[in-house]
Amino acid sequence: MSTIAAAPEPSYIDVSYTLRSWLTTHDHKRIGLLYVVSITFFFFIAAVAAAIMRVELLTPAGDLLEADTYNKLFTVHGVVMVWFFLIPSIPATFGNFLLPLMIGARDVAFPRLNLASWYVYSLGGLFVIITLIAGGVDTGWTFYTPYTTMFSNTHVVAAICGVFIVGFSSIFTGLNFIVTVHRMRAPGLNWFRLPLFVWAQYATSLVMVLATPVLAMTLALVAIERILQVGIFDPALGGDPLLFQHLFWFYSHPAVYIMVLPAMGVVSEVIACFARRPVFGYRFMVYSLLGIAVVGFTVWGHHMFVSGQSMYAGMVFSLLSFLVAVPSSIKVFNWTATLYRGSVSFEAPMLYALGFIALFMMGGITGIWLAALAADVHLTDTYFVVAHFHYIMVGAAVMAYFSAIHFWWPKITGRLYPESWARLAAIVMFIGFNLAFFPQYIAGFLGMPRRYHAYPPEYEVLNILSSAGAAVLAVAYVLPLIYLGWSLLRGPRAGSSPWGATGLEWETTSPPPRDNFRRPPRVDGPPYAYDTERGHGP
Amino acid sequence: MSDLAGYFPDASIMAGRIDALLLALTLVSVLVVGGIMAVIVWFAFRYRRGSPAARGPAPSRSRTLEVVWITVPLVVFLIIFVWAAMLYLELRSPPADALAINVVAKQWMWKVQHPGGQREINELHVPVGRPIKLVMTSQDVIHSLFVPAFRVKQDVLPGRYTTLWFEPSREGEYPLLCAEFCGTDHSGMTGRVVVMAPQDYDQWLERNPGAGTLAQQGEVVYRRHGCSGCHGESATVHAPGLAGIYGRRASLEDGGTVMVDEGYIRDSILRPASEVVAGYPPIMPSYQGQLDEEEILALVAYIRSLADREEAAP
Repeated sequence: MSTIAAAPEPSYIDVSYTLRSWLTTHDHKRIGLLYVVSITFFFFIAAVAAAIMRVELLTPAGDLLEADTYNKLFTVHGVVMVWFFLIPSIPATFGNFLLPLMIGARDVAFPRLNLASWYVYSLGGLFVIITLIAGGVDTGWTFYTPYTTMFSNTHVVAAICGVFIVGFSSIFTGLNFIVTVHRMRAPGLNWFRLPLFVWAQYATSLVMVLATPVLAMTLALVAIERILQVGIFDPALGGDPLLFQHLFWFYSHPAVYIMVLPAMGVVSEVIACFARRPVFGYRFMVYSLLGIAVVGFTVWGHHMFVSGQSMYAGMVFSLLSFLVAVPSSIKVFNWTATLYRGSVSFEAPMLYALGFIALFMMGGITGIWLAALAADVHLTDTYFVVAHFHYIMVGAAVMAYFSAIHFWWPKITGRLYPESWARLAAIVMFIGFNLAFFPQYIAGFLGMPRRYHAYPPEYEVLNILSSAGAAVLAVAYVLPLIYLGWSLLRGPRAGSSPWGATGLEWETTSPPPRDNFRRPPRVDGPPYAYDTERGHGP
Repeated sequence: MSDLAGYFPDASIMAGRIDALLLALTLVSVLVVGGIMAVIVWFAFRYRRGSPAARGPAPSRSRTLEVVWITVPLVVFLIIFVWAAMLYLELRSPPADALAINVVAKQWMWKVQHPGGQREINELHVPVGRPIKLVMTSQDVIHSLFVPAFRVKQDVLPGRYTTLWFEPSREGEYPLLCAEFCGTDHSGMTGRVVVMAPQDYDQWLERNPGAGTLAQQGEVVYRRHGCSGCHGESATVHAPGLAGIYGRRASLEDGGTVMVDEGYIRDSILRPASEVVAGYPPIMPSYQGQLDEEEILALVAYIRSLADREEAAP
């Protein structure tokens, strides 16, 4: 200890309060928060679209909205939720904020590129807002051709530009994370000492960098066919509509893993902390993350079992889809085993994480239904699929996002939030989600097609239940805005490590200083060195 | 699981077998998800902080456990895969004796052509107990023909034929839906399949005659567009005759072979320069834009009928 009391270094927040200092920052922590603000804005735009749809679906007749309006709403909901919320949700916010802290670095490898990625994201977002103001787009987020290229009379090109542009922000972020993990780990922090959150970001980044360019090319081809009438996907011009589906899903299936791998990383950290046990089977958790990322590139054709694709191709894609389910099941088993002989407590982040596991299992196991060829023939393009991917992408991934918000909130803001309110929100979210989406499994099983503005009256009860669940879910999404807002202003000070968690990010002050650590940290052991016997951290 | 809640009938010979698969998936899902949740709740309760449960040193990994929980799911998955894939093979392989009915989809209706020349819109009348093969194409965007009661669905694409078959096992009326988003009135692109007793079906056919059989309608198109000028018996142009070609393999100019089916005949009319039969100059003009999908299907039926005539001859 130095005998001279050094003036406390200002936190990254206290460095400067000007708007300019935020908009020109190179600090990964501030860029993470810029992303939080942006994606929250888009989340609520897309959520409002969903809410209006759920009101329309209260009755079988299409009585509230015009069919075209309904079609535009589900398109906006999908486009915005997928590309402007879910894809960046955990990587661009918590990944940005935490990755350098977790590996003991001062920043990411390319801080300017990092800031550029947020501006690119914002430019893409601007195109989406222009699309909305101009009157929207009605193609569905999947942009299937030839409808999108030749038949839709809406603002397809503007929307495609937005998605094309925002893809580059993913690529920038992914590239940055890969280089950062390779080059900037603290002394002693070898690969198998990395927290699983870092591994998850790394695996996600590989997918972002390898898959996103394919999406960009595909969307460019769509725009070319639409504007110049060059035959690429439209058979009337000599094109092939299935080519579009292959290219689109080559990106969009791995994109699901962009959403869920980071969520798995969050949950691994949270479960270990609140069970006070190292994550069971750490190496298998790493291998399964990488396995999912790699095998995930080979299963896109399972979106196309009834598309007219060759039935033998369908069988290969089906088999591969079953294989990619194996590493996912390993993860669930290992999280469960982590609780064994632990010292388990149930703070809000843990409740969200346990909710993640439950919803991920239900979304994952119904993925098995859809990978099973003959079952998929009946279920595909029904509400069963809608329920399935919402369980994964909203149930699981968004629960994990909220788990992360609550777990690292004290680190990010330096303040605590009211625990009982947070627990209440977690429980309400879990109940609301299941009420909203479980009935959709049944509706789809019974044959209700998706993207229906009006529907046969047999499905009315299920849709009313679903809309009621959506209302409960809306409450659960608004609650954290209130109590976290309160915490921001009035919350008690958190201290550097309120959960007794391990990991380098908890060794620095809350909120951390601009350069993260006063002294460069050293690492001399594996992650998750919890002391179960005493039920607390190191 | 049949007649679930009264509006989920199984009305085809495959429906019950697909339901068995769905039931198995339901059971596996309930067991797996329920089982793991029970373990999580049990661990979370037993090892809650402050509980007296013995902690002791717990393993941070276990090779045995890991091998077990890789192998067990893998085996279960492979069983489901094989089961579902075999059913899928049957779903995708129409029996040779199936009654072929044409479907042309367009925004936002289903147009049906029966071999006897009958036409209907948004309705499909079929006899019970006989395999039906739908030969489908779209005039505009991608649609998808979905009959929940038969547990079958197949996308309908512009520019090519896709097929779907089923064998209705129960008389009645069943919803026919479009399952692929196709624009404004996608959710209104619905109709019904009417499954009738064979004698009722025959009566229905008689009550709704078209202008001759589909093949006869095709012959009218054939003459109107002057196809016989080259393909007819007395033609001087060196063009292949069409009698007996349907259902055979033809040798191509580039050395390959092709099965002469609905799709090949369609392509030969619209894009004659591709896949030219060996020994013939590529002189045929394209009829793209001159024929609509229903006329092309009628032409296919006509050419097919020539093959049947050939077979019937001694």
